[in-house]
Amino acid sequence: MSALHPILARKGRLGPFLAATLPLSAVLTGLLTRPGTFTVAEAFSLALPLALVSLFLYLSVWYTSRAVPLRGGSLARTAVTHAVAAVVTTSVWVLSGAGVARLLTPLWGKGFPSRFAAQVPVLFSTGILLYLLSLALHAVLLAFEATREAERRALELQVLAREAELKALKAQIHPHFLFNSLNSISALAGTDPAKARSMCLYLSEFLRKSLALGERKSIPVKEELALAKAYLEVEGLRFGARLSVEEDVESDGEACLVPPLLLQPLVENAVRHGIATTVEGGVIRLEARRTGNRLRILIENPCDPEAPSRRGAGLGLTNVRRRLAARYGPEALFAARRLADRYLVVLSVPAQVAE
Amino acid sequence: MKRSGDTGVLIVDDEAPARSILREMLSTLPGVRILGECANGFEAVKAASELRPDVVFLDIEMPKLDGFEVAELLDPGIAVVFVTAYDSYALRAFEANAVDYVLKPFRAERLAAAVERAQARVGRAHANDRAAVLAAARPPGTYLSRIVVKDGARVHVIPVEKLDLAEAQDDYLRLKSEGKSYMKQQTIGGLSAALDPERFVRVHRSYVLNLDRLARLELYSKGSYIAVLTDGSRVPVSREGHARLKAMLGPGDSRR
Repeated sequence: MSALHPILARKGRLGPFLAATLPLSAVLTGLLTRPGTFTVAEAFSLALPLALVSLFLYLSVWYTSRAVPLRGGSLARTAVTHAVAAVVTTSVWVLSGAGVARLLTPLWGKGFPSRFAAQVPVLFSTGILLYLLSLALHAVLLAFEATREAERRALELQVLAREAELKALKAQIHPHFLFNSLNSISALAGTDPAKARSMCLYLSEFLRKSLALGERKSIPVKEELALAKAYLEVEGLRFGARLSVEEDVESDGEACLVPPLLLQPLVENAVRHGIATTVEGGVIRLEARRTGNRLRILIENPCDPEAPSRRGAGLGLTNVRRRLAARYGPEALFAARRLADRYLVVLSVPAQVAE
Repeated sequence: MKRSGDTGVLIVDDEAPARSILREMLSTLPGVRILGECANGFEAVKAASELRPDVVFLDIEMPKLDGFEVAELLDPGIAVVFVTAYDSYALRAFEANAVDYVLKPFRAERLAAAVERAQARVGRAHANDRAAVLAAARPPGTYLSRIVVKDGARVHVIPVEKLDLAEAQDDYLRLKSEGKSYMKQQTIGGLSAALDPERFVRVHRSYVLNLDRLARLELYSKGSYIAVLTDGSRVPVSREGHARLKAMLGPGDSRR
């Protein structure tokens, strides 16, 4: 929120606001003529400037309301603050009225200021009422603004979540993976053409699937795992005996739906920051099972216990975390741990199946 | 072993197909003799000191020791050609005084050109202080995470958090870690520039200290101090070194 009052902050709002001077002066004129001390002309000459001053003076309630919100905070503090502000604001208003009465003396005669003085109690009570009225109006205004702010924030969050999903999808296929695979194919073309051909096919399968899956909102774990397997076949040709895969997947787990390409960055991490960092290589374990209304997926890979940190792995993990948060909110659990020479990623989300 | 006049090459890549395509293409080139193949950095350093190749074709992303660390440990007379799928390393490779930088996948002609470039430079020193230039080529805001040291044919990897102290001794550095000493050919300025300045302090012209190992400071003579380390060893601290230490320890630190 800006420091300027919302009515003053926008040009279009000032006109209707100033128009309120007229009914307000009419009310004030009525009040000042009733006891019979002022003629209508005298009362109106006082009421018009008083109304104008009050309009701006009682806008200050906005600042007091923001400083001590009606909701939250202690009641005593709020009440005292507003009581003091009401007295001070109203005093300023009545004093400005006295000033106007002084200025009008040449017009209405010598006794005018003292006749005004007699009306001070009436004006003062009116001022307090105006303060309360302003307080009520501002409470409505602030509540309205808070609602709009909340709506804006919710919309922003939605956009952010969508962006995170898109960014994650774009980051899926690493060019280095392609170049390394093409290099392996180039090598195999000379020594083992059949293997080169099968690698071309796995690579095509992986590319076609990852392009197609990205367009869908949710896919069964089964398809996600088929993509991972095509990827691991390609990497298997590169790493040879260093890479083997173990699967522990139940049909209940396979049927659950997940955001597309959710597991892919995790499987890639398992190769790039796991298998590729170890001399001996090892087993990448994939587990997917449904327990009650939760789907649990585990990816485990060997890693070099002496490697300083998983360079670049963080980005993949962050993307997965963001996508899970965007899709499931607090319902998604995600953990990544390094245990000596193994690296473990576990995620658990509400189990959902296709209708 | 190689015949005189031939260019001896060593192939280093952790992926078998990548080694095989290099072997296939290099073996057809005249005047090139393949001395060996290595699947990781440790093997490469060992093989390079035994087989004395003229050129090493070196992958960058490898387990244990990456290509840059291997290059750092190679004899300065050996020409390095990096062979990698990552073009983002090109600048660092250039800084590491690599003779060439070949992107995977590659044509036979591209490899032949790299060999020619290397042959034209055989016998010349390719690098004086590879460690220092590699450090200079490090992306800004990142620091050395481990130090590699060659000890004969063996390679030691010291994670920087286990480095207690580095001491300059002529052209060498004596690195102390977990009660052991290692000698490495590098300048103390080069090492100091590569280390995280929040953790390591140049306390003296000849000493870099791991701040975590500092137990206390003792006044030695007017204006000069001695740093006592957690293992009880004592290190001289210069006037400038003391100012740097004081600035890093902050007013509340009891070790001041």
